[in-house]
Order: sequence, then structure tokens, then C-alpha cells
Amino acid sequence: MAHSVRRDAPELPDFSLLKRLARDQLIYLLEQLPGRKDLFIEADLMSPLDRIANVTTLKQHDVDKLYKVEHKPIVSTSDQLCFLIRPRIKTVKWICDVVNADKAFGRFRRYKIIFSPQKFYACENLLEEQGIFGDVTTDEWSFYLLPLDDDIISLELPEFFRDYFLEGDQRWVRTAGSALHLLHSVYGPFSKVYGIGRCSKMAYESWREQVEEGEQRARQAEIGNVFLIDRDVDLVTPLCSQVVYEGLVDDIFRIKCGCVEFCPDVTSSDKSIKVMLNSQDKVFNEIRNEHFSQVFGFLSQKARNLQTAYDKRSGMDIKQMKTFVSEELKGLKQEHRLLSLHIGASESMMKKKTKQDFQELLKTEHSLLEGFEIRECISYIEEHINRQVSMVESMRLLCLLSLTENGLLPKDYRSLKAQFLQSYGIEHLLTFSNLKQLGLLVEQQPGETLTVMESRVGKLVNDKTAGKLTDAFSSLAKKSNFRALGRRLNLVPKSDEEYDLRVPRDMAYIFSGAYIPLSCKLIEQVLERDGWTGLEEVTRMLNGHEFAVTAGSNGSDARVKTDSQRIILVMFLGGCTFSEISALRFLGREKGLKFIVVTTAITNSARLLESMLDNHA
Amino acid sequence: MAFITANWNPLGEAFYRKIELYEMGWSLRDGLKECLVAAAPYGGPIALLRQPQRPSSSARPQLEIYSSSGANMASFPWKSGPVRQLGWTVCDDLLCIQEDGTVLIYDLFGAFKRHFSMGNEVVQNQVLEAKVFHSPYGTGVAIVTGASRFTLATNIDDLKLRRLPEVPGLQGAPSCWAVLTQDRQTKVLLANGADLYILDNTSCTPVTPPGLSPQACSIVNMAVSFSYKYLALFTDSGHLWMGSANLKDKLSEVDTKVRTPPKQMVWCRRPKSQQPSVVIMWDRLLLVAGECTDTIQYTLDEESVCVAELDGVRIVGGSRHELLQEVPSACQDIFKIASMAPGALLLEAHKEYEKSSQKADEYLREIKEQSVLGEAVRQCVEAAGYEHEPETQKTLLRAASFGKCFLSNYPPEPFVSMCRDLKVLNSVREYTVGIPLTHTQYKQMTVQVLIDRLVYRKLYPLAIEICRYLKTPEYQGVSRVLKHWACCKVQQKEEPDESIAHAVSVKLGEAAGISYSEIAARAYECGRTELAIKLLEFEPRSGEQVPLLLKMKRSQLALSKAIESGDTDLVYTVVTYLKNEMNRGDFFMTLRNQPVALSLYRQFCKHQEQDTLKDLFNQDDDHQELGNFYVKASYKEKKLEARLSLLQSAVDEYNKAKNEFAAKATEEEMKLLRFQRRLDEKGEALLGLSLQETLHALLTSNFHKQAEQLYRDFRVPDKRYWWLKLTALAEKDDWEEMEKFAKSKKSPIGYLPFVEVFCLCGAAEAAIERRSEGEISTVLSRCSPTTDRALLERLNRARSTAAKK
Repeated sequence: MAHSVRRDAPELPDFSLLKRLARDQLIYLLEQLPGRKDLFIEADLMSPLDRIANVTTLKQHDVDKLYKVEHKPIVSTSDQLCFLIRPRIKTVKWICDVVNADKAFGRFRRYKIIFSPQKFYACENLLEEQGIFGDVTTDEWSFYLLPLDDDIISLELPEFFRDYFLEGDQRWVRTAGSALHLLHSVYGPFSKVYGIGRCSKMAYESWREQVEEGEQRARQAEIGNVFLIDRDVDLVTPLCSQVVYEGLVDDIFRIKCGCVEFCPDVTSSDKSIKVMLNSQDKVFNEIRNEHFSQVFGFLSQKARNLQTAYDKRSGMDIKQMKTFVSEELKGLKQEHRLLSLHIGASESMMKKKTKQDFQELLKTEHSLLEGFEIRECISYIEEHINRQVSMVESMRLLCLLSLTENGLLPKDYRSLKAQFLQSYGIEHLLTFSNLKQLGLLVEQQPGETLTVMESRVGKLVNDKTAGKLTDAFSSLAKKSNFRALGRRLNLVPKSDEEYDLRVPRDMAYIFSGAYIPLSCKLIEQVLERDGWTGLEEVTRMLNGHEFAVTAGSNGSDARVKTDSQRIILVMFLGGCTFSEISALRFLGREKGLKFIVVTTAITNSARLLESMLDNHA
Repeated sequence: MAFITANWNPLGEAFYRKIELYEMGWSLRDGLKECLVAAAPYGGPIALLRQPQRPSSSARPQLEIYSSSGANMASFPWKSGPVRQLGWTVCDDLLCIQEDGTVLIYDLFGAFKRHFSMGNEVVQNQVLEAKVFHSPYGTGVAIVTGASRFTLATNIDDLKLRRLPEVPGLQGAPSCWAVLTQDRQTKVLLANGADLYILDNTSCTPVTPPGLSPQACSIVNMAVSFSYKYLALFTDSGHLWMGSANLKDKLSEVDTKVRTPPKQMVWCRRPKSQQPSVVIMWDRLLLVAGECTDTIQYTLDEESVCVAELDGVRIVGGSRHELLQEVPSACQDIFKIASMAPGALLLEAHKEYEKSSQKADEYLREIKEQSVLGEAVRQCVEAAGYEHEPETQKTLLRAASFGKCFLSNYPPEPFVSMCRDLKVLNSVREYTVGIPLTHTQYKQMTVQVLIDRLVYRKLYPLAIEICRYLKTPEYQGVSRVLKHWACCKVQQKEEPDESIAHAVSVKLGEAAGISYSEIAARAYECGRTELAIKLLEFEPRSGEQVPLLLKMKRSQLALSKAIESGDTDLVYTVVTYLKNEMNRGDFFMTLRNQPVALSLYRQFCKHQEQDTLKDLFNQDDDHQELGNFYVKASYKEKKLEARLSLLQSAVDEYNKAKNEFAAKATEEEMKLLRFQRRLDEKGEALLGLSLQETLHALLTSNFHKQAEQLYRDFRVPDKRYWWLKLTALAEKDDWEEMEKFAKSKKSPIGYLPFVEVFCLCGAAEAAIERRSEGEISTVLSRCSPTTDRALLERLNRARSTAAKK
């Protein structure tokens, strides 16, 4: 292993408690509807639910059959129906249809809706409008947090990004606040809270409000510091191609809720295999944070070690053989199985990623990040669009270009957009409108490139005067100021030096040494400075809303560098990528800290951009 | 001390005592004559309805409310209909049951609260008799009507009237009746002559009490104990039968030798009673009868009323208020003449000690020899609780404290809590407060309820003092009292808003857990909207402010408060409210000024009301969004004409929004759609494809001319067209056309792609032919995503068949 772990690194808190809490509450809720019942589960709650309570547990509590919510008429014969859903209008509407259909049919059933993690007034209102409010009982399953791994907790709310940042819908903010409150009450009290972004600030306030309403108990804190960050503070990082093993697996095979399905290609058998990817998997745990180029070497070394372990058998007598079989063999077998899977996955990735065009793609990305040879990049993107390589990839490159260059020149903006529409269809006119609103793909205002800072200040003033609602939440992040930020924070290391990926010297290794993710750099800087002092210019470019609060009244605690002070909870509002998590793990190892990542969902470039599409289904 | 037993009267094994609680502070000219009286248990208030002196049509009866000590709390002429019965609820509200079945509810100070009716049937038949009763479900009312039918309401706060079945042979009112609560059911026990019936929801069952003496031909009175466990029946032969309320066991039967029907009969028991007894009252005589054959007789010199309590009977007369109860065994042990109980000895020892006599030591020695000092202390502490006179209490407590000195490990809690309890009890027994609670009642009722009662009586300072003294948690104690105080304060009509708001904020400022919104709600109920708004400003939780603001029709303020709170549910509540209250224009205008609310509402409209969304954009002149809206709508449209017209609308909107690019793109889309339709007629399913897809489809199905046309019309970049044609031709294996194409003019993409395509195809064909898995994989790995799909598929298929082998 290339990284040495500092021996004094603090222990992580035990997050399985969160699972137990959620399971107990779910069981309690299910028992509120006594007797046998069929359970309808929202599609994207299926995997999280599976991590909390498996089918056997559900069956033990009188759940007869399990169905996925498919927005179609149902076929259940049970007299009691239970719906476990997200508080979405569309799903509630479907339930209304189900109930009303039963009514028309003269069929009597009992219905219970369990909203997770909370119910919204709009949903209840809809039940009332549809005239079934009295026919159903509703409950809340406050399942806010799903621990995906020892240091990753997810809210599993992929719609958070679109709802908040694009639509300006703030209803999930309170959910984030409640999640934070839950963590605070179980693992707190937190002594310091840092944050940046409007949403972070609101989530923080919502949390404080809940803290004040509830009673406080003095207890030993397990988590000392919290850092909240909005996704739109750094949109560049999630749009870059991931090259760290875990991120790459996510980009290619899509990790769902900590679990990946390897296709027959990888498993070298007829069927796909679902594999849990977390620290329990010893092989994976050692390669997840590695740059992809290092993984193969490591795996082959591992294979050799394994062979040696197997070979031990040859010189054994019966007794030794017995202990070997009973103690070691199972572990070895397991390791063997995992190793072959990961080797398969790596091979499959190698095939895709070492090809000519992937190298070119990476080269273009790096040029964009460094700001070199922009013309070549644009023609590369053009060709990419013309050849219809991949819609999402084309869009990703376009957005990356716009973000790093502070918008596209009007001429390029038009021609690229026109070509994109020709390639992928007119419906992307709406997508472009969304991207523009979010500031992901914008047109340069003439004369703005050089005087970014000045116009920035002017723009802020204008924003205040012009009460246009769209400005209120969309223009905020329109300017990315990526170049200026990059210089200021030294995000892009000089490219002329050779970067040794085997011994990474900074977080840039997660992007082959080309770029230090802005989000992680901010966290590093703020923790180092114990606040935002000295970062004024940076926060101004990031549109402000930064804060640093010493929460507990017992300020004396901060002096004592207890273990809890070295555990930092980082909450990404709007999702974070595996690469960022890897970068934070690296930072933690360097500084003797432990980072716990709480995110509204694990994201990557494809998920981020797909959420911008207006599916007209 | 010798006097303590002076008012004790023996009844069998036990003693009974009658203590004077108060000399009544009221001045009633005729005592309680010609009065309807109701006194609430637990030392509650007393209500009197006095008939006018000279019955004339103009004179009205007077309703008066007094505390237990006779202090006037309210008094007003009765203006409603004739009243049959008065009664008190568990929360100290007065119930006045009228002849027509209407029940009016007043508070302690005579303010009208609300009314309800006991059913329509009653209006005609009139209420003959009524009873107010208490059960675990709350306060209930039972009536019997002129038609001899009973109607019950178990809880007046959750009114459900139950009409009980008919009683056979009953004419008019029964000779006597009572309400029972058994097995979580409320029943009526009634006597009609000698017959006894139990009426429940469904049936009327005749019952016979076991061992009722045969001389009786009619039951004239009955009484049910406080706990509904015991029943007493009085017959016209003068016999008193006592037994359990379920009529299974008989306790005793006593011949009172009085034949006249009694005026009132109540049980006089206490928890762990030695000698349960019944108090029977005639005009001039009060008789206590127990299990033994003896009775105690008191003469009454004035008209009185008995009030059953948990541990005795209170007798309210025109001038005096007394408590009749069995002497608790602790008191009996200590004070009984010549008692040698440990407590009695300890008391004696302490007395001698005070006199500085050495006898103290003798007594103490005696107790210690029997090693019952602990018991002695316990007895003294317990007895102190039962005594009413502070002096006696003190003597007993001092004795206890004296005895405690000689004990090493006696727990201090009982002593300390008894001292506290007594301090509280003495303060509420105070003449001006007038709540004569006994220690037993106090323990049963709990401090919380006592505080509530004090609050109902507006004795806020005392309530707060008690809370502080008992160290009740703020939330349940002081804050609660203050909230009630504030609610009362805002009702003071004469004071201006500012001063009230100020007074409230000053007093409540520091207290924890105060809900200003509740106070504001009260102010609003009293019609003081401005004051309510002022008070709401103090409310720290916006969530609490909003519902009231909406109620007060301050919707704008409510909306901004809701947004401030960050709780979207709250915002949405206000938005839905506004939507129903305002006309559309105003509604949209309001939303326009509140982006958070607007985006929330937009989200909702997107799912539920597409048309409203359009109106919303229209209102804002948001042409860009309108354009997007039309484009989106066009996808849902199946018919081409409608689709085109929607797109045309989109173009118009984009033009208005000065978004030339979008307008042009949309126009091109329309052009493309028309083009596709023309080709559709030739049997090509192209409708809805993108330009690139259309071109590709055309090229692969040999519509080269049309493709060329599109290429020119839409000014497709050369590079793109070349790429497209190249792959399309390769896909089709149309190598001749390819050659022509390659030679047509200089390639803008160079000739490398041509070579690539050729090589790949050639290699692929070769590999497939040879069915070698490895080779196919190699070819596949060289394929880029742009390689034509048909070839890829073939390769994959070939590989899987190869792999199977």
C-alpha cells in the first residue's frame, strides 16, 4: 500500500446505530397496520430499504407480498395495502387512483401511506383534493440517513440537486436540517460548524432551530466539526472524468446504494453478479482510492500473495491442514472470489479506458482545466457532437468548457448548440434552458472575460435591485470564476512536472495530477485556517454565504484536541462524487483527520447532467 | 391536646369526627332554603340558584357562585329557562341543566362558555330529574324525561347522547336512581317502588340486592360511593342496605328507625376504611350508619347539603362548612385516650422534652426497647397529614423530628415531602382561597391539577409561588401559569394594546416554553387583532405564527413569516390558502413578490395543473418559459398539426423573449417535421427523429437525393455530413457508393476515417467467419462508440456463440 496510515488517526463512530433506529421505527410503523398486508415500495427506496430491513424481516411483520411502485393499476388481492414512498406528488396521485379505482369497484381495503423521510403538506393536500384523505392513514418514516460505508452516509435523495438548484424548491432543505439534527443528537454535540452556500446556510439554520426546540443533553461528542457545502459552489469537479478506481466503477457500471451489478463481461460467466462495494470487501478497500493506473499492479501482487497463501498447504501435516481449512481457507476463498471480480472489472475498464479516444478525452479535459489550447478543445467537442459519440458526454464537455472559460463566446455558443440540437434532437432546447439557468452552460457577455471581478461586484448590486425571481436563485452561480479561483487556490498544478501517481503528493492525484478538486481544497483551507479569514476573495468569487460558527457554549472544549475534534463531518448538499470522497480520505491520512461524508446522494457527471434533462415521458 | 378527641364519636371499632372547615363568609338570609345547590368535590366551588322571595313573573332567580369558604365569586340574575339541576365539571365549570334539556356551561366567574342540548325529544317531554356525574372519561350528564326515558352523555366535551332503553312499568320519574360506572360502561340503577333495575345501552335488567329485608315495599333513596364500588339503599321501612355496587355482596343492613324518606344520602368512606358508613340527612337529623348496629346521630340546626368526598363527607350549611370523616388509624393510634401506640408515646416524650422533664427519656426508652421508634416517627408524620389544624400538624411534626434524631438511617423523604405538602395545603385552605383539600385528596388530585384549579380561580401569584416552592419544572409550572395569566390579561378590554403587549412581554420574557401564539390566539378570539399581531412578534417560532395570521386574514404577513421559517410545508399551506381566498390576478401578484413560494407553487403546477403554469408565466411576461412550456407541450401532442401549431406558439414566445436562437431552432424543427411528414407518405417512419438521425435513416435507405437536400437546407456542417455518410454507407456495405463518395470532392475529415472503417469491417468479417472469441474481442476493443451499431451487434452475437462453444 502506498499510503501510510497515521497511527493516531481517531476511530470512526459506529453508524450502524442509524440503521437500527430506522429499522425499529419501520417495524413499529408496519405494526400500526395489524394483520397481513401487501407492501408497495417506491422504486428508488428499494435498495435503501434492503440495507435496513431485508425481506425476511418484513415478512416477519406480516408483510405478504412486495411490489414496486410502477404507476400502473395494481393486482394485489390483499385487504390491506401499505405504501412506502417518497413524498412525491406523482406517487401520491397514483395512490389516489388506486384507491378511487377500488371505490368504483366497490372494494373495501385499508390503506396506509408511509412517507419517507417525511410527508409534505402538498401530498396530504392532494389526498384531500382527491377525496380519499379519510380513507388512508399516513405516517412518516424518518429514515433520513443511510450509512453506505464506514465513512459515507447518504440521504438517498437524488432529486435534491434538481429541485433545489434548478427549480428553487426548498422543501428538501428542512430534510437536510433534520438529518443533521439526527446526527447531532446521536453523535454530537458538534463544536464547530463551517459552511458555504445558500442552501448550507438554510440547512444550518433549520438544524439550529430544531436543536433549540428539543432538549439538550450533555454528552461526549463523537463528531466534533461539521462542514456544509453546496454542490453549486463547485460544479467543475463532478463533471470531470473519474480515474480513481471507485469513481471509475461508478462512472462505468453505476454503483447503486453501495452495490454494483457486474455484467457477464466482467464476471466471465453467464449471469451478472451484484457485489457490495464497501470496506468489508478487503480487496476493494485497498484499491478504491487508487489511481486506476496503479490498480492493476496491485491486483497482480495480491494474486501472487494469494497463491502463496494457498501454496502453504503443500508442506502441511494433517493437523495443520485441519486448522488451515477451518480458519484460513474460507477467508482465502472469499478473497479469491473478490479478487477475480475486481480483476475482471479492471480488465473491462482497461479495454474501454486505455483506448485512443479516452486518452484524447482526458487530454481535452486537462487542457480545459489548465486553460490551454481552447480552440483545439472546441473542435474536439465539435467532432464529438458530430459523431454522436454520447449525448451526456458531449454535454459534459460543453459544460466543462463553459465553466472553465466563464461562458462560451457567443459565436461558439450558438454553433455548438445548433450542432448539438441537430445531433441529439430539438428537445434539448429545454435542457439548454435548464443548463443556462443553473449556470452550467452560458454565453459570455461581451467584454467580461478580463474584468470578471469588477463586473461581478456590479452584478451583485444589480441582482438586488432587479427583483426578477429567476435571478434570485439562478444567477448566483452563473459565473464560475474558475480561472481566478484556480490561480488563487493553486488548483491546477504546473503540468511540466512529472506527477508520480504511485506516491501522490496532493489531492490532485484523483485527477491524474491535473486538478485539485475545488470542494476538497476549500475544506482543507478552512480547516487549516479554522475559519474563512484570508479567503475573503475566494468566497466573494464563490458568491459568499460562508459561515463559521462555534456551536457549543463550552468554547473551552475547542482547545483540547480530543479525538472527536479530529473527526469532521462533511455534508454535500446536492451530491458528491466518489473521487471527492477519495480526495478527502487522502487529506485525512495526510493530516491525521477522519472525514465522514454525508451527501444527499452519490453523484457523477452522468447523473448530474441527466437530472437536467426534461424527460417528456 | 386533650380536646382533639372531643369531637370523636365511636361507630363500631372506628371513630368518626366532624371538623369545622370554615365559617361561611356568605350572608344568606334564608340559609340554603329554596335553593338549588351544587358543590364540587375536592373542595371545589359552590353554586346556588336562589328562587325569588315572592314568586312573581317578573322576579328572576339569582345564580351565585361561592368558594368553599363562602367568598362570592360571581352573582347574576338567571335569565334563561327554569333550571332542574346544577353541577360542576372536573375542570370547575358550572353546568346548568334546564327543563328543556339545554345544558348551559359557565366558568367559575359566571362567564357563559357554551351550551349543548340533551336531545330534541327532551324539549317536549321536559327533564324531570338530572344528575351530573364524574367518570374516567370526564364529566357526564344523565337525565330522565317526562316520558320516563333516560338519556346519558358520558363526556360533555365529546358529546355523544345515548338514549337508554325503556323501563317496563315506569310512570314519571323513578323513586330514586343513580349513575354507575362499571366495567368501562356507564349504567343507570333505578328503583321503581320495590323493583330495582339496571339500565345499560341495550337492555333493562331487573335485579335484587342480596339479603334485602322483606319488610321493605319500596326503595326511597340510594347512594353510590365515590369510587362506584359500593351501593346503599334506603327503604320505606327505615332499613339501610349496604353492599357492593355490582349487587353481589351485602355488607350490612341497619334499621335506622326513621320512616321518612331522607333528603340526602351519601357514602362516607376513606381509602382503607375500617368502618365504611353512609351519612343520611333528614331535615333536622344527620345519621351515620355503618356495618355495626350502632349509629351516630347529629342534630342539624340549619338547612344543609352533603358533598361526597374521597375520604369523607362535607356538610355545607348556611353558616358553617364541616367535614365529617372516619378518623384515620394513624390519628386514632396517637390520640386515642390511653393509647400505647409508638406514635402516642413519641408525642408524649416530645411533650415532656419541651417541658424539660426527664420523663421524656423514660418514654423514649420505652419506645426504643420495643424498637419501634421508626414506626413512631412514621405514625406522627402520617397523622400530621390528616390533621387540619396547623398547630396540631406542627406538634406532630416536631415530635417526628425529635424522634428522628435518635434514628441513624431513617429516610428523610417522607418527612420532608409531608412538610412541603402541608405548607401547600395550608395555603390553599386559607380562608381567602377556600379550597379545603385533605392530604388524601391532594395526593389523588396531584399538584398539576391543583395548579390548574388555582389558575381557573385566577390566583396566579399563589400558583406561581407553589410552583416555585415545589420546584415544578418551568414548562409544567411557572410558564404554564404565566401563559394563563397572559391569556386572561389580553381579555381586559379597557387597557390599550401597547400596555398589555408590554406587560405580557415583560412578565413572560424570561420564562421557558411559553407559546406566544396561544396567547395571541386568545387575544384574537376576543376581537383584538392588533394586539394579537403585536404578541405574535414575540413568538420565536414562525411555524406557530402562521396559522393564526392566516386566521386573522393577514395573509401577506403570514406568507413572509412562513418563508422566513424555511419550512416549505408552511409556505405551501399559505399558498393553498391564498389560492382559495384571492382572485387569480392578486394571487399571482403576491406570488411574484415571493420567489420561494412561487417556485414551490410552480413545482406543484408542473405535476397537477399545467394550465395554471401557463397563466403564471403569462402573468409574469416570462416569454422564455412560455416558449419552453409550448415546446414541452408539443411532445405530448400526437397529431402533427397540433404539434406544429404549438411549436409556432413557442416560436412567437421566443421571439418576444428576444431569444433568436431558440426561435430559429424551433422553426427548423418545424421545417424538419414537415419534411419528415412528406417522406412519411413514402413509407419511411421518420417523424420525431433528430436531424442527424433523419439523415442517417435517409442515407441507409438510399434516399441520397433527399439527404443532400436536407444537408443543404439545414446547412449541416461538411464534416458532420461526411462522417454520417461514411458510417451509413459502411453499415450498408455499400462500397461502390462509398468509392463514389470518396472521390466526389476533397474529404473535410481526411481519409484516415475511411481507412479505419474499411479495416475494421474487414477484420470483423474475418473474425466472425473464423468464430474465434479472442479475435472478436480484439476487434470489439478497437471499436469506438461511433462504429455502426449493426456491426457491433453482429460481433457481440458472434462472440457469445463462440464463447458457448
